[in-house]
Amino acid sequence: MKFGIVTFPGSNCDYDAYHAVVDQLGETAAYLWHKDRDLQGADVVILPGGFSYGDYLRCGAIARFSPIMDAVAAHAARGAPVLAICNGFQIACEAGLLPGALLRNASLKYVCEQRHLRVETTDSRFTAGYEKGQVVRIPIAHGEGRYHADDATLDRLEAEDRVVFRYVGADGGSDDRSNPNGSLRDVAGILNEGRNVLGMMPHPERAVEPLVGSGDGLALFESIVARVAA
Amino acid sequence: MPVTPRPGDPTITPALVAEHGITPFEYERLLAMLGREPTFTELGIVSALWSEHCSYKHSRPLLRTLPTEAPWVLQGPGENAGVIAVGDGLAVAFKIESHNHPSAVEPYQGAATGVGGILRDVFTMGARPIALLDSLRFGDLESPRVRYLFSGVVKGIGDYGNCVGIPTVAGEVVFDPAYEGNPLVNAMCVGLLKEEELIRAVAQGVGNPIIAVGARTGRDGIHGASFASEDLSEENEAKRPRVQVGDPFTEKLLLEASLELIRSGHIVAIQDMGAAGLTSSSAEMAARGDVGVVIDTTKVPAREEGMTPYELLLSESQERMLVVAKKGHEDDVAAILQKWDLTAAVIGEVIAEPVYRVTEGDRVVAEFPGIRLVTDCPTYEPEARESDAIRAQRETDVAAIAELPEESDPVWTLTRLLSSPTIASKRWVHRQYDTMVRTSTVIGPGGDAAVVRLRGTDKAVALKVDCNGRYCHLDPYEGAKQAVAEAARNVACAGGRPKAITNNLNFGNPKRPEVYFQLREAVRGMGEACRALQTPVTGGNVSLYNENPNGAIYPTPVIGMVGLVEAIAHVTPAHFRRAGDAIVLLGENTAELGGSEYLQRVHGLAAGAPPRVDLDAERRLIDALLDAIAGGHVASAHDCSDGGLAVALAECAVGDEERWLGADVDLSAWDALPRRALLFGEAQGRVVVSTAAPDAVVATAARLAYAARVVGAVAADAHGVPVTAAGGRFTAALAALADADGGAIPRLMERAASASATAGESRPHHTTP
Repeated sequence: MKFGIVTFPGSNCDYDAYHAVVDQLGETAAYLWHKDRDLQGADVVILPGGFSYGDYLRCGAIARFSPIMDAVAAHAARGAPVLAICNGFQIACEAGLLPGALLRNASLKYVCEQRHLRVETTDSRFTAGYEKGQVVRIPIAHGEGRYHADDATLDRLEAEDRVVFRYVGADGGSDDRSNPNGSLRDVAGILNEGRNVLGMMPHPERAVEPLVGSGDGLALFESIVARVAA
Repeated sequence: MPVTPRPGDPTITPALVAEHGITPFEYERLLAMLGREPTFTELGIVSALWSEHCSYKHSRPLLRTLPTEAPWVLQGPGENAGVIAVGDGLAVAFKIESHNHPSAVEPYQGAATGVGGILRDVFTMGARPIALLDSLRFGDLESPRVRYLFSGVVKGIGDYGNCVGIPTVAGEVVFDPAYEGNPLVNAMCVGLLKEEELIRAVAQGVGNPIIAVGARTGRDGIHGASFASEDLSEENEAKRPRVQVGDPFTEKLLLEASLELIRSGHIVAIQDMGAAGLTSSSAEMAARGDVGVVIDTTKVPAREEGMTPYELLLSESQERMLVVAKKGHEDDVAAILQKWDLTAAVIGEVIAEPVYRVTEGDRVVAEFPGIRLVTDCPTYEPEARESDAIRAQRETDVAAIAELPEESDPVWTLTRLLSSPTIASKRWVHRQYDTMVRTSTVIGPGGDAAVVRLRGTDKAVALKVDCNGRYCHLDPYEGAKQAVAEAARNVACAGGRPKAITNNLNFGNPKRPEVYFQLREAVRGMGEACRALQTPVTGGNVSLYNENPNGAIYPTPVIGMVGLVEAIAHVTPAHFRRAGDAIVLLGENTAELGGSEYLQRVHGLAAGAPPRVDLDAERRLIDALLDAIAGGHVASAHDCSDGGLAVALAECAVGDEERWLGADVDLSAWDALPRRALLFGEAQGRVVVSTAAPDAVVATAARLAYAARVVGAVAADAHGVPVTAAGGRFTAALAALADADGGAIPRLMERAASASATAGESRPHHTTP
């Protein structure tokens, strides 16, 4: 299976996504340059983390206009998988691939640390390999990760089982310290209507090896491979 | 063609010369070199290159005494960064640099551009940056101004490093009134390269084009190098325009473009336009290659119209590089930069004639013979004399200082020390840094040393920045020795063999005999320690004039140490890991109390002789520790430093914030020592090890004639840390220890949040010179 990892100017987690896919999964991957229009035959597209265009305007607001994004949108419209992580999630929201927006953290500070997430649905090609309700440890690293949408959108996301991850404490419960950024309804990751685009602020590609902190994100990539291969 | 002054240039007067920081003696040398009066442009060039910051004129004779060689050193001092071989055809480039003066007047941009500059120093060697570290010093956090500086510096470091995508993996933050008016911001970068990709900033090849790359040149940071070479005063607020403005996004593009350029084979040399901008980069590259260069300032891409040669040469606009390309490859260079949306402009060329020449179109506005512009700068070895007041402080009989009534409960003292901002957890700081990007951080901030694996190998590097300024104040020779020894010990605790250092010498005004004494003695101590521990100096930075009308900082020779972890299995954390493991203390407890954080925090005193360092013993300790680690016997290792043995044990217990462990400790073997010295004294050469094989650890130490003794066992968290010592037994509860350690800085900063919400928001003023 082939992963296509988009490199925008200012992307800096493209390299980590590449190593997660190639070194840990043994799959193939190609970097997709933002000025290109061709996905090079990728089965799965990853919009990686970083600071596209320096995040000098609203995060993701410029990157959505990159030439490659037309191809990514077409790929998503075909029902093919797109994994949008951190800055990639912000870009996907700006591009209209996912509803809502990511605002500045409630603390007004950038936060980087391991966090606990609860898997809210296994009905997706990204989370089939987890147990529903499973608590996983996956790091966050962002300054603007506070998920925001109007109540109707949030209600609909919940009704359609499209909230994939929520921030929780180590015991799976929620308290005043378990939400790191003020996201509404503790949302850490969501699906689009077609359930083929996942946007999430936490970094599963940083959680594929216990040596560097956690292996809990590996199942996400394995789920994608198992589903696409099937 | 003769040199001709530009119309409108100011006349050269003694006052103008003095304003440029050039002494009458130095001006005489300049006249002798040129054989005529300099132009205004030439005066500007000389003021930058002969500034302390660029010329090291008060430190060079001392720096020459430092050891710089070892079989693994590929590049020593004198380049953008030092480089050591780490096997498998790989090499590590690293360097530390200060941004003290800019950070004192504009903390956010000052710190951010410090990170940017050190990144460029490393990637211009052909290395991809893999880690950043920071050594920071501020005054007392109770002061609103200090909180403003602290939060601005932390945000500046974070915003820059996070955006470029290089993890900040370790650092130190010290708070002491000695740094009240002069915060220290030292940033270190470590990069990885293949040995054959090492490139040096040496201009070569007559006819080769000189190309300016990256951001355009503006009027910011003009005279930054000279600004960093004078004392701070009230007037420095007015020098805010001398602080540069950082753009990490452009830096990220420049990083990728530069590495692509270096690997393309189209260039022969590349250097950051850092301090003194175009002037120093071009002059230094020419001097290293012993060639001539000519630069036409009208070809330099400028941000605004009407910039003079003087401004273009001295601007410290950030994110710019100077490249010497191969003749005929100009278009290839431009194409690579264009891919990254960056500009490249040919602004000059390497010439056979031995001159450094600057033109403005057809007019020659500056010309210096050969490389004398760099080599003719005088060096100074001024009078050195120890301050009587400091000697008296050192000779204080600290054992005679009466205990406070509260000290009858050692848990009170321990809690007080753990909540000292210098000792307390720096989580408030490092959770604002991306510590994990590039997914190779095996041990991040909070460990004894950071460990970053070298992808594609089974190896890792262990990294540490360290210095105890109070020790150096009381005894600069012993203090500098200690800084090297402690950094080495920390690296060894994490499983690494210490290999080499980069140093950042932060001192006051060297023209004062007591300051020059400190500098001289610190360099002597550092050299001795580096020789004994076989960790040569591969480069570094000197920051003098860190003083203001209220006095100088503590002498602070910061050590940035790089060690090599031979196998990933050797990586060792600082905190306890398993209940039931034995606790072994390597080293001896002593009655030393001088220079301790205990005296500072509990008694408000910087006094006494700092703890003695036995370099031969330190070497045996490192060998013993690394042998025991390689033997698979060590579960954790943590060195005893600020706050002594009691603080080290507490940190071992609550260091893993996700899982605390208790410990049962018996120190009755040292009942002869005063209790406070045993618990809180800072005797050197001590490491707390936890192990499932205490006999093997003790035997390993014995083979190297190093003291080792089982002092207790790791226990479940509910057990707390009961300690038997000095005929009594006291128990510290983990929640209280963790609260003191983890809560100290957040509480101070939250209380202050409303008062200084402006940190990091301020924008630099733009101005015309």
